[in-house]
Amino acid sequence: MVITAPILMDTLPSAPTIRPATAPAPAATAPAGQAAPAAETLIDIDHVDFFYGQSQALHDVSLQIEDKKVTAFIGPSGCGKSTLLRCLNRMNDLIDGTRVAKGSIKIRGVDIHQADVDVIELRKRVGMVFQKSNPFPKSIYENITFGLRLQGVTNKARLDEVVEKSLRGAALWDEVKDRLNASGLGLSGGQQQRLCIARAIAVEPEVILMDEPCSALDPVATAKVEELIQELRTRFTIVIVTHNMQQAARCSDKTAFFYMGKLIEYADTRNIFTNPANAQTEAYVSGRFG
Amino acid sequence: MPATHHVFRAQLTSARRREGFIFFLFGAATYFVLLCGAVVIGTIVVRGAGTVFQARAPFINTTFFTEAPESLHVFQYQGRKMELGDAAFRTFEAAHPDVAKGKSDSYVYSAGGIFPCIVGTVLLVVGSMAIALTLGVCAAIYLNEYARDGTFIRFVRLAILNLAGVPSIVFGLFGFGMFVIFFGWNVSLLAGWFTLAFMVLPVIITASEESLKAVPKGFREGSLALGATKWQTIIKNVLPYALPGILTSSILGIARVAGETAPIMFTAAYVVRDKLPWQVDKFSDFFFQGVMALPYHIYVVSSKIPQNEYTERVQYGTAFVFLLIVALIATASIVLRNRLRNRYKW
Repeated sequence: MVITAPILMDTLPSAPTIRPATAPAPAATAPAGQAAPAAETLIDIDHVDFFYGQSQALHDVSLQIEDKKVTAFIGPSGCGKSTLLRCLNRMNDLIDGTRVAKGSIKIRGVDIHQADVDVIELRKRVGMVFQKSNPFPKSIYENITFGLRLQGVTNKARLDEVVEKSLRGAALWDEVKDRLNASGLGLSGGQQQRLCIARAIAVEPEVILMDEPCSALDPVATAKVEELIQELRTRFTIVIVTHNMQQAARCSDKTAFFYMGKLIEYADTRNIFTNPANAQTEAYVSGRFG
Repeated sequence: MPATHHVFRAQLTSARRREGFIFFLFGAATYFVLLCGAVVIGTIVVRGAGTVFQARAPFINTTFFTEAPESLHVFQYQGRKMELGDAAFRTFEAAHPDVAKGKSDSYVYSAGGIFPCIVGTVLLVVGSMAIALTLGVCAAIYLNEYARDGTFIRFVRLAILNLAGVPSIVFGLFGFGMFVIFFGWNVSLLAGWFTLAFMVLPVIITASEESLKAVPKGFREGSLALGATKWQTIIKNVLPYALPGILTSSILGIARVAGETAPIMFTAAYVVRDKLPWQVDKFSDFFFQGVMALPYHIYVVSSKIPQNEYTERVQYGTAFVFLLIVALIATASIVLRNRLRNRYKW
């Protein structure tokens, strides 16, 4: 399968493969607002129409997601935010009858819906954390190493190293280091979700997509995941779909508001929540509808 | 003591009486079924016990489990009634030449044991389940994970369901025409394996598909999102969790494969065979030999030979052993299933 993926492999720079776990966090403390200099566009969504069979879920959506930033997608249920998120690593391919009818999604200039793009390679670069935490019914250790083993890594020392690094990266190491061989399903809801995040970062993706990662968690566990997002934003580009507007306000740099399959407004998070340009956005963020 | 009168006082209304009667009927139906089962199994156990067990140590009639069927010779010798199996009778005859002059009755299959039948049935079950599980799980994976739902796939599913309703004698005749004659395998283990496997395939496919469906979608998505191929996802993160369910369905399959007579009577079963299955000249002959089998042996001893008190012993004894063996194989599968279930709990 690797043979079929030269285009994406060649185009993406090799830089993201290994990063220091404790990279300096320039803007970690004040996410909502600090305009980092010279933000680079990583994902370019260009006039995308998306269909489930006959029904159109996205109408002419265009936005640029910046590298090493947290981008939040907000909007009422069924507005297309999750659909767009799942387009970014082509998880929609799993559903029969879905198609991008118009426009393109480019990651570092490569149109990911082209026939010569290997979806396996794409998903290694664009990881995903799901709404319902889905640790596999295996040990914590096996959960983390699942992705690496798929890539043929069998070196025990290397796997051990990645397990520790990933669990530390997901702020879970101290809680589980003594029971790495216990089932991932024995963890609490919040720990399970952080395990899924650790599993996603273990394969060193460039982008992490999060589909309402906290919707099934209690406030304390939610706070931990949000804290984690703040730590991860220095190393990964994060796109998060959320129903929780405070969450978007707290942890994202940029926010996109969707309604009825259309992108209504996309701007710095601070602007979206304090000074929205669009009346619909204002109505939504102030809680008057949605 | 005055009768209490309040609004909630229990009264025997006609609705209550009707309810009581209906529940009684339902209960009676359930216990009637239970009774039928108990009578069938009880008869076999009680009447088969005389053949399977014996009064002196080791209390189990080992001959019955370890020997091949023989003719029973019943004769008078010096005023005593003697019952001897074929081999023993010949030895006795050689030692006492005067026996030959006396009158002696012989009854086929009424002495010796049923060892070749036990071996044959176990071989048939193991081989056919191996084929059925391989084919069935592959088909279920294709149907559930790869095939796109459409008219054709719906038609395939319908065909599979219909196949489950085909009488076993039809499978027997199909196997006879296809494997025995057309493929030229003759009456053989191989022909029996495939015939029995085809008979249980619909059950296995349907149940395997249900087990695969029961594996949460999150396991598949999570694995794919980490860059697994569909096949890696299925083999590492779907199939292991579906296995307990697949094994449950195969337990039912085992009982059917072991018990059916019709599919093997044309394809694999011999009335009698002197050699045991492993007594073959070369390895490939193993697959092309017919075997004796318990259900067919029961059929032969209860309908194909003259009936008398001596054949009756063999009939009940064989049926008893047959029940034991099916129970044994099923128990083994259940233990295996439970182990897998504990290992892959979710």
